[in-house]
Amino acid sequence: MYVAAKGGEAAIAQSQRLTGWRRRGDAEDAENPALTPTQIDQQLGLAVDRVMTESAVHDRALAALAIKQARGDLMEAIFLVRAFRTTLARLGAARPIDTGTMAVRRRISATFKDLPGGQVLGTTFDYSHRLIDFALAAERDGDAPPAPVEAETSAAAAMPRVTDILGAEALIEPADPAPGDPAPGDLTREPPTVPYGRDVVLQALVRGDEGFLVGLAYSTQRGFGRNHPFAGEIRMGEVAVELVPDELDFPVSIADITVTECQTVNQFAEPAGEPPDPAMPGPEAAAGPRFTRGYGLTFGEAERKALAMALVDRALRAEALGEAVGAPAQDAEFVVAHSDSVEASGFLQHLKLPHYVDFQAELDLLRGLRRQSAPADTAKAAGGGS
Amino acid sequence: MTDTAHAATPGLAGYNFAYLDEQTKRMIRRAILKAVAVPGYQVPFASRVMPLPYGWGTGGIQVTAAVIGPEDRLKVIDQGADDTVNAVSIRHFFARTAGVPTTTRTQDATVIQTRHRIPEAPLQRGQIMVFQVPIPEPLRWLEPREPETRRAHALADYGIMHVKLYEDIAHHGQVATSYDYPAMVAGRYLTAPSPIPRFDNPKLDRSPALMLFGAGRERRIYAIPPWTPVESLAFEDYPFEVQRWSRPCALCGATDSYLDEVVIDDQGNRRFICSDTDRCEQRRAEAAS
Repeated sequence: MYVAAKGGEAAIAQSQRLTGWRRRGDAEDAENPALTPTQIDQQLGLAVDRVMTESAVHDRALAALAIKQARGDLMEAIFLVRAFRTTLARLGAARPIDTGTMAVRRRISATFKDLPGGQVLGTTFDYSHRLIDFALAAERDGDAPPAPVEAETSAAAAMPRVTDILGAEALIEPADPAPGDPAPGDLTREPPTVPYGRDVVLQALVRGDEGFLVGLAYSTQRGFGRNHPFAGEIRMGEVAVELVPDELDFPVSIADITVTECQTVNQFAEPAGEPPDPAMPGPEAAAGPRFTRGYGLTFGEAERKALAMALVDRALRAEALGEAVGAPAQDAEFVVAHSDSVEASGFLQHLKLPHYVDFQAELDLLRGLRRQSAPADTAKAAGGGS
Repeated sequence: MTDTAHAATPGLAGYNFAYLDEQTKRMIRRAILKAVAVPGYQVPFASRVMPLPYGWGTGGIQVTAAVIGPEDRLKVIDQGADDTVNAVSIRHFFARTAGVPTTTRTQDATVIQTRHRIPEAPLQRGQIMVFQVPIPEPLRWLEPREPETRRAHALADYGIMHVKLYEDIAHHGQVATSYDYPAMVAGRYLTAPSPIPRFDNPKLDRSPALMLFGAGRERRIYAIPPWTPVESLAFEDYPFEVQRWSRPCALCGATDSYLDEVVIDDQGNRRFICSDTDRCEQRRAEAAS
């Protein structure tokens, strides 16, 4: 009888077989052809973007396949890609991408009505009414939505970053690499220790679960660590990835990838004990309060994630900027340790594993405690352990 | 660096022996060596994402992958049993990726990966126990912040744990910790023995086997080398005690093993049987012959 409580190898194999069968759905149904990774990539592209961002691998085909295998469960797909990622050899480190030279497909600023390069709305759900489009249910092969109209002016025109415009007046803190430009840390290769550097925090935030970051960012907007953000600029488009191979001394472009970048402009901080920067124009560079920044970056089109990341990044800089710290979103140990969906989901779901032994120990303990506090006759009914 | 090992050794095509690449194994072995050198100290290591979920034994799997060789014989238990779902899954993982022979007999195993139990059969010299650890920090429930707990270990300042045990006794008349019972290793580091029942704590003391603890999600490895003194925390007037049962195992009659309670009907009737399925089966086989 007790054997039924323990899973045998045969039961596991059958469970996996059933799961695989369920994944396909009704294979006999002519309306249900097998889903191809290409369809997922092309028609569910934002899911692919999220999986690539949080799994930290830029590979659309792989992410699409993982989504198919995971039956649309994006956390599971992220886990699949992460587990694959660990097995990949590292061939080198790319140069930092330059989002200032991005081939922009969308670019909005909430801080300036107009600016060099203009506002480019591009693809977004932002200005749509969220009405279910029942006509889509009848969309058939060959049906194509109206093609987009080409812009009259080239989007490749100069489009400086909003933060650079503010930076020219020294109104915002610089975002230069640290002195000596050390290579950024990598939490997948070195166990991060508290206090974390901002490089590791940003890495954790990119990999962090979008829902968790949206909730944290929202909490700062409601007063739990408020940091007065303006969406200085959100830009999305293609950037070149360049690598300097060991055997060459010049960069080689290895790919163009789509990224979304968000830079928030936040309230002020005095430069903390920095000497005046002689490179900065004007006397105002020397001292005085400046805007501060939050930074978000993702693969693909993932504007909500990039914005949330920027708010949380800024919140986590509170201590370094000399602000009062107390809210969850300002606590780097809390945020970094709990934002990763693969870690969180795994540990949460381990509760489904057997805990017979520990539960037995607790039962035994509880019965013992009850025996101590209860009259002798009721204690007898507890049976079992000593 | 490439692994030339794959073609020559058994295991899963396209993957290195025991899944992890050799550089990762070396990194883990360095952490293990440090852990053995400083018994009970939690050594940070660059834990990898494994194809099994965090919380399901990734730390133990990485430790096992780093120490196992083709000549080893692996046993995997969960809750003391070889046939529980996760034990089956992890045993399959190593059978596939390392092609090592597996066994359920404690005496025959050279490496034993476990979750929540130490086998009843006495461990032997040369055996390696690998524990899956969810929370490596024994002070975590008392202090959630890592810098604070690291400072406590550095100063061997374990006052909060003694206060916790004292408060348990004041409230309940006994220490209300039934598993993952904190122990001092080699008189220096307070150590979480992983969620084994406190029944198993005495087996850690001066064991002839090497005890390795892997916490994948928390990125820590620690060790109790052979013959290391391990003392479960207690007070002179409230000595450490283990669980005892007033009845023997319903299957093999053992009176000295940890028993699982099994509900056998809807009338509240229960049976108590050995949690260590291998020990129970061996005893029954001996009785039958």
